[in-house]
Amino acid sequence: MLNYISKRVLIGILTLLAASIVVFIMLEIVPGDPARLMLGMNATEDAVQALQQQMGLDQPLLTRYFSWIGGLLVGDFGKSYTYSVPVLNLITERIAVSLPLALISLFLSTIIAIPVGLFSAARRGTLADSGTMGIAQIGVAIPNFWFALLLVYVFAVTLRLVPAGGFPGWNAGLWAGFKSLILPSIALGLPQAAILARVTRSALLDVLGEDYIRTARAKGLSRRKVLYRHALRNALIPILTILGLQFAFLLAGTIIIENVFYLPGLGRLVFQAITQRDLIVVEGVVMLLVATVILVNLLVDLSYALVDPRLRGRS
Amino acid sequence: MSAPTEWQANISKAFSNRSFVIGLIITVLLLLMAIVSLFWTPYAVGSFDILGKLKGSSSAHWLGTDHFGRDILSMIMVGSRNSIAVALVSVLIGAGIGVPLGLWAAARGGIIDEALMRFNDLVFAFPALLSAVMITAVFGPGAINAIIAIGIFNIPVFARVARGSALSLWPREYILAARASGKGIARITVEHILPNMMNILVVQGTIQFSLGILAEAGLSYVGLGSQPPMPSWGRMLFEAQTMIGLAPHMALYPGLAIVITVLGLNLLGDGLRDVLDPKMRRERS
Amino acid sequence: MNLLEISKLSLRIGAFEALKGVDLSVNVGEIRALVGESGSGKSMTALSIMKLLPTGARTEGQIRFDGKDLLATSEADMCRLRGNEIGMVFQEPMTALNPVKTIGEQVAEGIRLHTGATRAIAEEQTRAILDRVGLPSAKFPLSRYPHELSGGQRQRVVIAIACALKPRLLIADEPTTALDVVLQAQILELLQSLVDEERMGLLLISHDLAVVADMAHSITVLRHGEVMDNGETAQILTEQTHPYTRQLARASMHVPERSPEHPHHAANNGPLLAIRDLSRTYPGRRIGLFGRDPEFTAVDNVSFDIKPGQSTALVGRSGCGKSTLARMVLALDRPTSGQIHFAGRRIDELTQNDLRPVRQNMQVVFQDPYGSFNPRHKAERLVSEPLFLIDRELSAKEKRDRVDRALERVGIPRADKDKYSHEFSGGQRQRLAIARAIITEPKLIVADEPVSALDVSIRAQILDLFADLNDRLGIAYLFITHDLAVARAITDTVMVMSEGKIVEHGKTDEILLHPRSEAGRALVKASPDLHKALARRIGEQG
Repeated sequence: MLNYISKRVLIGILTLLAASIVVFIMLEIVPGDPARLMLGMNATEDAVQALQQQMGLDQPLLTRYFSWIGGLLVGDFGKSYTYSVPVLNLITERIAVSLPLALISLFLSTIIAIPVGLFSAARRGTLADSGTMGIAQIGVAIPNFWFALLLVYVFAVTLRLVPAGGFPGWNAGLWAGFKSLILPSIALGLPQAAILARVTRSALLDVLGEDYIRTARAKGLSRRKVLYRHALRNALIPILTILGLQFAFLLAGTIIIENVFYLPGLGRLVFQAITQRDLIVVEGVVMLLVATVILVNLLVDLSYALVDPRLRGRS
Repeated sequence: MSAPTEWQANISKAFSNRSFVIGLIITVLLLLMAIVSLFWTPYAVGSFDILGKLKGSSSAHWLGTDHFGRDILSMIMVGSRNSIAVALVSVLIGAGIGVPLGLWAAARGGIIDEALMRFNDLVFAFPALLSAVMITAVFGPGAINAIIAIGIFNIPVFARVARGSALSLWPREYILAARASGKGIARITVEHILPNMMNILVVQGTIQFSLGILAEAGLSYVGLGSQPPMPSWGRMLFEAQTMIGLAPHMALYPGLAIVITVLGLNLLGDGLRDVLDPKMRRERS
Repeated sequence: MNLLEISKLSLRIGAFEALKGVDLSVNVGEIRALVGESGSGKSMTALSIMKLLPTGARTEGQIRFDGKDLLATSEADMCRLRGNEIGMVFQEPMTALNPVKTIGEQVAEGIRLHTGATRAIAEEQTRAILDRVGLPSAKFPLSRYPHELSGGQRQRVVIAIACALKPRLLIADEPTTALDVVLQAQILELLQSLVDEERMGLLLISHDLAVVADMAHSITVLRHGEVMDNGETAQILTEQTHPYTRQLARASMHVPERSPEHPHHAANNGPLLAIRDLSRTYPGRRIGLFGRDPEFTAVDNVSFDIKPGQSTALVGRSGCGKSTLARMVLALDRPTSGQIHFAGRRIDELTQNDLRPVRQNMQVVFQDPYGSFNPRHKAERLVSEPLFLIDRELSAKEKRDRVDRALERVGIPRADKDKYSHEFSGGQRQRLAIARAIITEPKLIVADEPVSALDVSIRAQILDLFADLNDRLGIAYLFITHDLAVARAITDTVMVMSEGKIVEHGKTDEILLHPRSEAGRALVKASPDLHKALARRIGEQG
């Protein structure tokens, strides 16, 4: 068990380190000098040089990498070139939108998909099964930003039940903030639910073909009991894998969905930062997202060990 | 020739599979549409008609016109070329690099295998869209960079699939027999391993193709895909967004084009898997 | 009234008629063997009784259990019967248990379901039954997971699940086929004693008459879904009135004719294969970042010779290291220490390229007639694969001639060259595998359990083929097997392997009659032997 955990943690740390190098190098080769961009076209050469010095841009590559990574470790993400505020402040402001959005979507996807998958698997081959899976098949094919547009048209433009976009801020009250996240969460979560429901069903059906299911049936368990007591837990590994992937996808999906709904989240921040060449912000946000994905993958790996005793090894 | 070969048996099985047939029809229609658009579209996609803008469906414009009065059907037809090209090339990049990597890792094992797995971890740590945004941020928006961004994400997918199925093939007795016949790793991989995983690769290719269509649409939607004046489904949706109250049809049709295309490819992939997957699903009560 | 009374049971799955009017009965306390080759419908009969048939299966006829017609019983009532009144043990112990639940949970589940016992009481009963099947909770706590147990131990858990509530009928579907002979004997003994204690009826399904001859009171022989023969064990086996029963019995005792004097032995210029102090160790599993389990020695300091034309058996229980040894001889694995000499040349250090002439003279036949061919190649290409080893380029005609000759030698018509392997039957495939092995005219064939996946009648034919090739072509064999009947049939010498060491080596007849090593004695004692069983039955009858 300890062996498995320590290996996963070590891999996670190494991956994060490698990712930081990739991010740093990629943004290093972006054309354009941030100091000149910040000061505008009319700035004098001296002023640009002075700013470069102040920002540490004149240092050798390795020095800059280590001072950046050293800063990240103590929570210092640097200072935004355009806003002249600490990047960390920008991120915390925006994460208050993106994280709830991703979590609500994931929650929606899970509580819809797993019961639907169980329902379908229990009725394999019936009309109910093929009907549900037909809908799921269509759901998988729907791009979330298009689904978002349809939702806006129906619920915001036509029925005027919810705002079409924008975010009043959590200061405007929990409900007002939540209300403006409803459509975005549905737009993000439902297509993912379709994927998860299909995975759940097929994982369950795979397990239902195993020999030990027959053993359980021979014990006198009914089909339903076998499904819940024996199949579900064994099907959890593929389900957890997809859940982990979905969280990464949802985090990135907020980049697009925030554009549809004009939400001031991390995605919009990255976008603005890229167009403004505010590279330090881009680096900070990307590293944060990558770290989150690695952490979630680690949690998924660890939960495998909870589900499957074979990964725990002999105690 | 002798009794029906595996191929003939598979073909007849395929055409009695509903998913496969529907998926195949949709896919063929999509390809036809793209090919026809090379020679003919109802209207030229560059022709503006400000007077006839934002019109709904009519006999002149089957799917209506956009805010510049361009014919939406023509734009969807031309846009399909873009979607197909980006998705197809990025699948080829992913398979072309990923499959050899996976085969190599499975055949050699040890440190090479471990290195590949860690490379996969690294690529998977970047959410696909995020890496696409970064790549296009560095190299600038455009179809080529969209292809690279999506293609890079396809590499570990194919590497993983190829590695997994190669690992399950290597212990087979016919591989051992080939080794006992003195054949080397490379030769066995080409003669025995690769041909026996083609089915799985074809199925995975179909899935990645449909994901590529979705990803391309997303990138063009945020302005990072192919640039104007080349029409693309994603950007049509972006332009429709501001008009959603006035002209919902502008959002409806390009979206349907994406859904139908992706649905068709997914059905084709499902059908292929049912037909080709050697792991017959055992049916028990 | 019989406990179980099946009459005119027919079963269709799609267009396939799996059972055609089967009659079968099991009395209280009776052990009824159901014997037949693969595809005879034995397992389908068992699943029909349990009503656990695949979807789309249609049954006709009657299955009366304790007077009640099971085919007319509702699913809810069947759930009450299964595990309570009728227990079932399956063939594959490695997959028959849920990997994510402890053995305690899995045994207790059925007890709680049927008796409504509290957790504590069910646990108490679980402990008792596990203890009864030979897994005392002091050594095997209820919190063990299946992957922490060996195959034989898992099969004991499956038996505990089936017998926990002392069912009146126990169905055991090839319960020992996946186990080696020593475990087989132990499991059969356990089943016998459980059945005797509780006066259960036992329906024991097997493909091999020899396995059931000792145990069963009565035998039903099944073929292609029809009952061929049926009656008391002693009567059926001694009289063998039915031609199919006779065929099965003969096949299972079959010893091929071999010319006593091997002309090839005469030319005695040194051994063909000489193994000296050969060892193979594997590093232990990693523990934490730096630690490791102790290393595992699969083959431990083994030495032996095989003369040209000599047929040698390497016998031992599963996991004794015999397959590792075979892989090293075939240069598919490298020894940790020691030497392998073939035809006077040391081969264990040769590069793959230098091994080519050696491989030409040393070929292999594997166990699984289904897995040993690339499904995408036709027979001609499959059989000709080793010709790759011949250095000079063969002309197309030469190649064809060689394939034709090899196919002829193994008795496969030339016309079948254009077939894919899946178009051949299991026995024909094993002939193909042998054709592939002899195409380079090798001096040694290493055969790893080459007949253990085959039905008895096919097995007899393949053994004849091996014997014939040995006689005609003077090919030496190294036969890896756990089945002493195979060793007896076609080998001159036997080596007994145990825990990586060769513990006994000598003439086949002597060792099989008078084994000296403990491992040898255990194997001989546990091997099912129809001859002995018959002799005993006749003795009983007086």
